[in-house]
Amino acid sequence: MSSTFDTVANIIAETCDIPRENITPESHAIDDLGIDSLDFLDIAFAIDKAFGIKLPLEQWTQEVNDGKATTEQYFVLKNLCARIDELIAAKSA
Amino acid sequence: MRLEYFQMIDQVLELDLEGRTMKTANLVPEESPIFEGHFPGHPLLPGVLLIEIMAQSCGMLLLRLHEFDRMAFLASVEKAKLRTFVTPGQTIEIEATLLHDGSGYGRLAAKGRIEGKLVCDAELTLKTMPFPAPELRGYLLSTAERIRMPMAAPAGEAAAAGDGAPALDGATPEEPASCAELGKLSHV
Repeated sequence: MSSTFDTVANIIAETCDIPRENITPESHAIDDLGIDSLDFLDIAFAIDKAFGIKLPLEQWTQEVNDGKATTEQYFVLKNLCARIDELIAAKSA
Repeated sequence: MRLEYFQMIDQVLELDLEGRTMKTANLVPEESPIFEGHFPGHPLLPGVLLIEIMAQSCGMLLLRLHEFDRMAFLASVEKAKLRTFVTPGQTIEIEATLLHDGSGYGRLAAKGRIEGKLVCDAELTLKTMPFPAPELRGYLLSTAERIRMPMAAPAGEAAAAGDGAPALDGATPEEPASCAELGKLSHV
């Protein structure tokens, strides 16, 4: 998780011009870091590329809109990194 | 190209579904009200329309790869370079390549050439979502037919469809196998 977090945090810092020290595992990408949907597309592209995965953004958005999940489950960075680790594990399985 | 209607693509020259690339021909018209203001005595295709030409080629490639089940909207343009003046009567050949097919978006690269010389290039992000209006899908399917987009052929045949594609000189291409199907779909 820690190396996943470092990679994700560096991507966010570079993509959104946010100081790296402001990005913690507890940060909510939207509520705390102020990342909007367009910037999140760039972040998703960089994450997809870095880890060789495809973040299921549409599925997550649908789940949040349907009340089946909260934004915290996907957009608090420690949770986002856990999802990424799951996708990496599923890819190598 | 009909600038006032934002109809940029005249013809699909090549489509490679496996390689996720497409080439289009885009003929800048000799006359348009746009050239009256841009610029008097020195008509140039506006740079923003070069971006639009690249975006439309990328968008049509993405739609084709997704079998026209979703609409693509331009979200961002990066690394855009407009390298030289483009004037009335010139044909821009755009090569669009899908770099990454993400969830709800696609990242594409576009290069525009005139007689082999690079005139513009960019990386574009297109958001994809369900068609917001059924007539929009019909319009895009009829556009695909107009620009001779290979539709129904299997990937291998589609990839070969560009070989010997005619130039924009009125030569008659082979009718895309899917024209009849397109005609039906365009009225969905």
